[in-house]
Amino acid sequence: MTARSDAVQAVALTRDFAATRALDDVSFTVMAGEIFALLGPNGAGKTTTMRILLTLLRPTAGSARVAGIDVTRQPKAVRALVGWVPQDRTADPLLTARENLSFMAGMYHLRPAAARVRVAELLELARLTAHSDKLAGDLSGGMRRKLELAMGLVHLPAVLFLDEPTLGLDITARRSLWSYVRDIRAGGTTVVLTTHYLEEADALCDRVAIIDRGRIMACDAPAALKQAHAVAALEDVFLAVTGQGLPEQPPADQLVSP
Amino acid sequence: MTFRTDQAVSLGHASSEHRWLEHIYLEHRALFGRWAARLRRERLAILALVAQPLVWLVLFGHLLAQMAADAPVPGHDYLRYMTAGAVVMTVFNASLEGGVELLFDRESGFLVRMLAAPAHRLSIVTSRFAYLAVLTGTQSLLILAAAYVMGVRYASGLGGIAACLVIGGLFGAGITALSVALAFSLRSHAQFFPIVTFAGLPLTFASSALVPLALMPAWLAWVARLNPMTYAIDSLQGLVMHGWAPGSLAGTAAALLGFDACCIALAALALRRGMR
Repeated sequence: MTARSDAVQAVALTRDFAATRALDDVSFTVMAGEIFALLGPNGAGKTTTMRILLTLLRPTAGSARVAGIDVTRQPKAVRALVGWVPQDRTADPLLTARENLSFMAGMYHLRPAAARVRVAELLELARLTAHSDKLAGDLSGGMRRKLELAMGLVHLPAVLFLDEPTLGLDITARRSLWSYVRDIRAGGTTVVLTTHYLEEADALCDRVAIIDRGRIMACDAPAALKQAHAVAALEDVFLAVTGQGLPEQPPADQLVSP
Repeated sequence: MTFRTDQAVSLGHASSEHRWLEHIYLEHRALFGRWAARLRRERLAILALVAQPLVWLVLFGHLLAQMAADAPVPGHDYLRYMTAGAVVMTVFNASLEGGVELLFDRESGFLVRMLAAPAHRLSIVTSRFAYLAVLTGTQSLLILAAAYVMGVRYASGLGGIAACLVIGGLFGAGITALSVALAFSLRSHAQFFPIVTFAGLPLTFASSALVPLALMPAWLAWVARLNPMTYAIDSLQGLVMHGWAPGSLAGTAAALLGFDACCIALAALALRRGMR
């Protein structure tokens, strides 16, 4: 692998908020074509890391490159190459699914003719074609999530960032979203996601970085992590490297409906 | 595996460095389209936008015209006097609330999502200006047409009506900038509306919208002379009642441009702090 094939390179990222150190010397690399997870409890520094990589926040120290481009020196070039799906529901509820996608296409400078083709493709990929003229506010939770994801893909980003993509989804919607994320990767996009669901990190990701209190505690393939700690579940790895369990795991059988 | 930077070409991206003008066009097209689509979905808001100015003109115009029957109103026709005021008040009200959609976008997280895109950040605000200019321009034409039906005739003709729209637009731009500044300075829209309501009525009454300065108590007339709304209204009244006065129109336009510049500077300051 050459340096060029690294989708994300974070080098000694540190970020302070007033007196609090949210990130402390965070370094990791995501290879092109991977599905990579930042795994950790709330407040561990996952979202702060992601916001730095998205050029929405400047690091106090350290540097990062996304798709080979420095995030602090050329933020605009980075923005054109990355997609982002925030944790909150941000699709405009007063716009239809199609209008939301067309809007994003304009914000990423797609010409109208190309945008129309791309929006139709994305509606197909998200299996939303039949609902394309429904208002986003009227879509079910699972469909809404897929629309949010599609909105991050209008410009065929090299790297797609997903912040807690399955938060609040039931197990069926969650599984369906995982297969959608795999389809996105199959299209050549690198996927970096944050999650605090161990099951999700295990089932979906090629590699995970376990992050706790602003520091990277371990970073490898789920299987390799389990092997190295001679345990059967990622949960035990997490316990071993952080000295604590991960709260808020969804019960496997009964999950809240969206 | 390498990065598909060639995707830009295959997608029909306008991605060359010399394409900034096209980028700005594409961003504004998307943003303006969104503002318009949101309005289309709010039927009640459309009704209010049409009804409110007509209520001013028809209801208050008639009411105050009867009270003002013996008062020395310029032009000796209150409805004719008030037409200009109704236009400027409408521009004022719509522009004063014009920034709140950006506050909604801040609250919902939509704004941050827009900031993560390569679009120019200023386009988010300038598209709002363009949208409000079209909206208030349409409202103004509606009022002028309704007043015509009610018997008001325009001394400066169709050209004067165009000049009314330009003056209204210059005045509205400054108020919109203030509204945007407010939207980026406050934490939630629960704070926005009380402030706007509190500011709106006194500013309207301390202007020549409803009562000529000559009929006001001295202190109020003095306040009204500091109110940019008065300058916009006086120009429009001149155009409606007396015809063209290029010198004074140019003076008003220059004063309003100065007002706009101050407001936009204030908005830029609020934006820089609020977009972080």
